[in-house]
Amino acid sequence: EIGQPHKRRRTSEPSEIEERLESLICRVGEKSTSSLESNLEGLAGVLEADLPNYKSKILRILCTVARLLPEKLTIYTTLVGLLNARNYNFGGEFVEAMTRQLKECLKVNMYSEAEYLVRFLSDLVNCHVIAAPSMVAMFENFVSVTQEEDVPQVRCDWYVFAFLSSLPWVGKELYEKKDAEIDRLLSHTESYLKRRQKIHIPMLQVWTADKPHPQEEASRLYLLYTYLDCLWAQIQKLKKDRWQERHILRPYLAFDSILCEALQHNLPPFTPPPHTEDSAYPMPRVIFRMFDYTDDPEGPVMPGSHSVERFVIEENLHCIIKSHWKERKTCAAQLLSYPGNNKIPLNYHIVEVIFAELFQLPSPPHIEVMYTALLIELCKLQPGSLPQVLAQATEMLYMRLDTMNTTCIDRFINWFSHHLSNFQFRWSWEDWSDCLTQDLEKPKSKFVREVLEKCMRLSYHQRIIDIVPPSFSVLSPANPVCIYKYGEESNRSLPGYTVALCLTIAIKNKASNDEIFNILKDVPNPNQDDDDDEGFTFNPLKIEVFVQTLLHLAAKSFSHSFSALAKFHEIFKALAESDEGKLHVLRVVYEVWKNHPQMITVLVDKMIRTQIVDCAAVANWIFSSELAHDFTRFYVWEILHSTIRKMNKHVLKIHRELEETKERLARQHKRRDSDDDDDDDDRSSDREDGPLEEQIERLQEKVESAQSEQKNLFLVIFQRFIMLLTEHLVRCETGGIDIFTPWYKSCIERLQQIFLQHHQIIQQYMVTLENLLFTAELDHHILAVFQQFCALQA
Amino acid sequence: KRRKSRERKMCSGGTLSILRSDSYADLSQYRDQHFRGTRYEQERLLRKSCTLYVGNLSFYTTEEQIHELFGKSGDVKKIIMGLDKVKKTACGFCFVEYYARGDAENAMRYINGTRLDDRIIRTDWDAGFKEGRQYGRGRSGGQVRDEYRQDYDAGRGGYGKTVQCQ
Repeated sequence: EIGQPHKRRRTSEPSEIEERLESLICRVGEKSTSSLESNLEGLAGVLEADLPNYKSKILRILCTVARLLPEKLTIYTTLVGLLNARNYNFGGEFVEAMTRQLKECLKVNMYSEAEYLVRFLSDLVNCHVIAAPSMVAMFENFVSVTQEEDVPQVRCDWYVFAFLSSLPWVGKELYEKKDAEIDRLLSHTESYLKRRQKIHIPMLQVWTADKPHPQEEASRLYLLYTYLDCLWAQIQKLKKDRWQERHILRPYLAFDSILCEALQHNLPPFTPPPHTEDSAYPMPRVIFRMFDYTDDPEGPVMPGSHSVERFVIEENLHCIIKSHWKERKTCAAQLLSYPGNNKIPLNYHIVEVIFAELFQLPSPPHIEVMYTALLIELCKLQPGSLPQVLAQATEMLYMRLDTMNTTCIDRFINWFSHHLSNFQFRWSWEDWSDCLTQDLEKPKSKFVREVLEKCMRLSYHQRIIDIVPPSFSVLSPANPVCIYKYGEESNRSLPGYTVALCLTIAIKNKASNDEIFNILKDVPNPNQDDDDDEGFTFNPLKIEVFVQTLLHLAAKSFSHSFSALAKFHEIFKALAESDEGKLHVLRVVYEVWKNHPQMITVLVDKMIRTQIVDCAAVANWIFSSELAHDFTRFYVWEILHSTIRKMNKHVLKIHRELEETKERLARQHKRRDSDDDDDDDDRSSDREDGPLEEQIERLQEKVESAQSEQKNLFLVIFQRFIMLLTEHLVRCETGGIDIFTPWYKSCIERLQQIFLQHHQIIQQYMVTLENLLFTAELDHHILAVFQQFCALQA
Repeated sequence: KRRKSRERKMCSGGTLSILRSDSYADLSQYRDQHFRGTRYEQERLLRKSCTLYVGNLSFYTTEEQIHELFGKSGDVKKIIMGLDKVKKTACGFCFVEYYARGDAENAMRYINGTRLDDRIIRTDWDAGFKEGRQYGRGRSGGQVRDEYRQDYDAGRGGYGKTVQCQ
């Protein structure tokens, strides 16, 4: 058997030594029979001995852990401190390498990594590797970014954040050496934060506020601050506490006598790379909190929301998830072994951090289903405590549904239903009986309805009836059966009934498409008195008869329906040729399957992929009056966002094809140029180019047409939103009623969701949007959404 | 653009092996014995496949349920239900094909080993569906594992076939 060729192995190959070094360095700090201090000391000795032969590898590994394992920051700064004490030159080279790495990260928009590097450098001050004044100088350059003109606010935000977020680690040391300078920096920061605009915040909040200003309830804190504002409050408190910080593990304290003998290095002067067109700064984030000290009365006290401990814990837990997101068991274990387990209510912190990520706007850092799997692993590892915290969290989220952002409610629905399906759908539904007395459009009853529908999709209808108390039947999903209007004898007076019968028999007898076309010719067109010759102008009745009958016959499963779409593709294309035809096909699909939203979703997806309908038709259908009743249902927005995603992927795909073909042409040119002879036959080389150049031209056209279709899709969507919202606002104003109905909240947040979810693409259309759609004449409620969006990356 | 990718490589300096670990998405030890081709060819296909084999399903689990669950890691291209060769009814496995491999990887990471219809389901890479592979390979028409097992499993036809015949 031909297998893979085997590599010849020699012992002590350089790559094996590198692997060993990497393993040694990465593993330090893990559970061990020896103390952390003795492990660090041992490792420092080993590395020092290896420096003569493996210095550059060790440098590279240490730079990498600094960047990628921020949750072990102080362990590695201590290690570097010990190495610097033993080998001054190595310390200097490390500092230089780190500075270079920082600059590179900033140039290629790797801002999380840059943040960790800055923090690492600042902790090196604590380890006597870097001299405090030179660190202060770097921070001075950071803060002076706020004085730059014509730069996006998000740029200044990042540099201020990088400065502030290092202070929990190094604030004390820097203040002791350079208090005047630090005070000046803090004062500059404060004035920046005051003049910073915050228009965009409402868009990113998980919970909306009644008042435009941040508010705090006595014991519950639903903070409306951006990450930056919250951090500022925490640093102010830290300063007030004279920079006393007790949570961070500082192994270097044990080595103080060795480290203070070491010579320090000065950080090379660091100028932040200038702002360029390619710079892409992190989006502003809003802080998410759900727990405070009242939530775990039995256990250790949760650090206050303005305490720096809270910041450090959350940062570290986020870092752990970032490091281990692919390995859910490892991730859960690492989270649960976070040090300080008995001093902080760790389960609460973990659950809060996970929900913070899940609800992050515009998108969670990782795929949603990861968080479901992670929480299940956590429940397995802590079966006696974590499920209770999770239940408590669920209850709290349920209670705040009235003010929860619609997108976040979507994610809550998805998570909760999927989670329940792993635990036999066990839940104390009666605790939520308050939602039964409410109007069905109110957030709580809506939430329960959507959850039950999703639960049904993961099981089956009768199961859902069985798991909820009888009183909840009003919220239970409909039995997902197909509605065939030509099915009953009592409907025989309906126009098209006989044709439908005929068609049914023909399809069952495996008639050809031509025969089907023939049968359909007999359907009169209610729209016009005389058909034209071919009878294929828009005929809604023909569409109705065909689509109803076919979907009914194929109702058994998704596969049956997909086969039907494929088999009769030609007929679909003919019937749905016009825009009205496409719209009507969608209407009929809805009429047949309105009890089975999941079926509607997969059929629409298939019809777009097989080009029976286009994306714009789906958008128009979603905003049509026929769908008004379902407009706020979750499945409708799943369909719209899925449609937009398909459009986006399509554009990217053709663009990639174009780029690849261009590269092929470039390679061809290069090949020809390199084996160039004087008596080249110009004509033959042109002929070689010909097909590729032609291809490029065709692809270029395809790209332009796809991009234009993409832009049109967004314009249609925005236009329809504006029409719908304006109608509502006008109606309310003339009727003297409050505009803030549940429908309105849902609708305006759906509009925000479009902006947020697809912000990169929409950025291309700013001029058109500003001049054509979101003009000054628009109601200010609608215009505000656009202005908030503009402010996001301004 | 090329300079940027070089910079990115320089900057990342590779990642750490402990962070490269992706055990859920790695190939398992299982190799389909009926595969036509070399072991090498099979592994090549497994490494670029977008198709997953899904096992330990209940006989009553529907395509719709599978679509809902596996749709959580990305757009599902096709689901092929596993059938009893004789009865032509569901016999507890299926194939799920995605448009993008990344979506299949996420299914391996986050859906494999979780529950569907109260059963822990198992997913594994598949070299690609071929006509005929939708049928069970057990002597009685279902899956091999249902031929010989001794336990009673209500979701998989009760006792194993050999037990039933006793």
